[in-house]
Amino acid sequence: MTVSKTSARLVAFLTATPALAQTPAKIDAADTGFMIVSTALVLMMTLPGLALFYAGMVRRKTVLATMAQSAAALAMVSVLWAIAGYSLAFSGDGAWLGNLDRLLLGGMAFDGVSSLAPTIPEALFMLYQMTFAVITVALIGGAVADRMRFSAFLLFGALWLFLVYVPSAHWVWGGGFLAKMGVLDFAGGTVVHINAGVAGLVAALVLGPRHGYGRDNLAPYDLSMAVVGTGLLWVGWFGFNGGSALGAGPRAVYAITATHLAACSGALVWAALEWIQRRKPSVLGIISGAIAGLGTVTPASGFILPWHGLVIGLIAGAVCYWACILLKPKAGYDDSLDVFGVHGVGGIIGTLLAGVFATGIVSASADAPQGLNGLLAGNPGQVATQAIGVAVIILWCAIGTFVALKITALFTPLRVGKDEEIEGLDLALHGERLHQ
Amino acid sequence: MKTVMAIIKPFKLEEVRDALTAIGVHGMTVTEVKGYGRQKGHTEIYRGAEYAVSFLPKLKLEVAVESAQVAAVIDAIASAARTGQIGDGKIFVSPLEQAVRIRTGERDADAL
Repeated sequence: MTVSKTSARLVAFLTATPALAQTPAKIDAADTGFMIVSTALVLMMTLPGLALFYAGMVRRKTVLATMAQSAAALAMVSVLWAIAGYSLAFSGDGAWLGNLDRLLLGGMAFDGVSSLAPTIPEALFMLYQMTFAVITVALIGGAVADRMRFSAFLLFGALWLFLVYVPSAHWVWGGGFLAKMGVLDFAGGTVVHINAGVAGLVAALVLGPRHGYGRDNLAPYDLSMAVVGTGLLWVGWFGFNGGSALGAGPRAVYAITATHLAACSGALVWAALEWIQRRKPSVLGIISGAIAGLGTVTPASGFILPWHGLVIGLIAGAVCYWACILLKPKAGYDDSLDVFGVHGVGGIIGTLLAGVFATGIVSASADAPQGLNGLLAGNPGQVATQAIGVAVIILWCAIGTFVALKITALFTPLRVGKDEEIEGLDLALHGERLHQ
Repeated sequence: MKTVMAIIKPFKLEEVRDALTAIGVHGMTVTEVKGYGRQKGHTEIYRGAEYAVSFLPKLKLEVAVESAQVAAVIDAIASAARTGQIGDGKIFVSPLEQAVRIRTGERDADAL
């Protein structure tokens, strides 16, 4: 992606080499190298990043079952993505869904490119997008941790991938109707975070709370594992948001800068609120705030200036804190690991804030020399466009998740039995457990 | 013979062991236990979910000694395990009917 420091320089650059914008772009070595690294980083976010982050927050008897959800989501979604997910999301430019041109990755030339990422091999673009689908399905597991049957999680995950993830990825990133409307989502505020958060909320409501929720001690097994997981997620997010520039350039660097600052301010705000309210800043609070900042800045990261990331992190830390600590107990749902409170709420406010902070210079390209501007840059209508995108994804995801759960329930109970839940999912579902 | 059983704060184990060794007690059994007395535990908060933890980790120390030695053992444990804070623990003494050293078959005082 060509990004220039100013529009004036960009114009000069284009007039000097007028052919550049028109000719089919060639595979660029730097972009390809950067995207291979980014793909590996995002893969690492799911395993071991998310697996450690989640498993550290559940009880000892479900540590392995929680890790199994991340690991199995990785393996299963990758295969489904190669079979048909990528094709339906990213080939063709229909308003609602892609086509089957890339079924089983057919028709993908060895050195061909996708029009969506014209400087890297298409196989790399396919792999990069695969890692996003993987982590989105894995994220949902946190909401149903400690009680969802493994077989049900797999079947639900497969259905959900095609019912919810694939269409919304096409709508927002694959040239579908939300992209045509101008909804901004750089790296997945809608496609990844709202989707995972809303799916988690619906699944938590359908499954019902954990046995003993609100009465028994459900304290985390080992938060030090969650801290390690947070570190891996945080570093991986540089590939998640930086890599969403789809090339090595200043836009990727700006995305990473905003991302990092948002994580830091989110962590500080969450801890500060605990310090004020509870007189002790918790480790769980610091890492929760960091993840909230990271998730929230995601949709905006490639459209904004560094200091916007700082502000988005501040807002994310405060609003997600409110959602997890005040909203959830009041509403009474048991979203075990706060997938909705952190990712759903973060995705919603981040997607809206992208419409507030978008600054043309960061997204200026050959196709859009003015770049994309939001409210602060004199384009208040962008906030309304963002709100429509948010509403569409919430609605579709809620319905799709409900349908996927109901279909799954025809084949296997969604929950383990009460005795299995008390015994612990590790032994009941996997025949293994942690020893002293 | 008596069994002296003491519940102590975990970090006091080494001091108690040294004190008992100094008066000639050369064997003991230690178990990690949980419990509470006047020390009421604490609360933990995870993302707003508050859990009262009433059972605190302690060590249970068991020593079998001849009756004549009991007073010295109690003194040694009590002075070594004491911090003056609530939760220092308790010492219980009960009669011991028999003792056998499995390797040699020695009985009672010879087995201690």
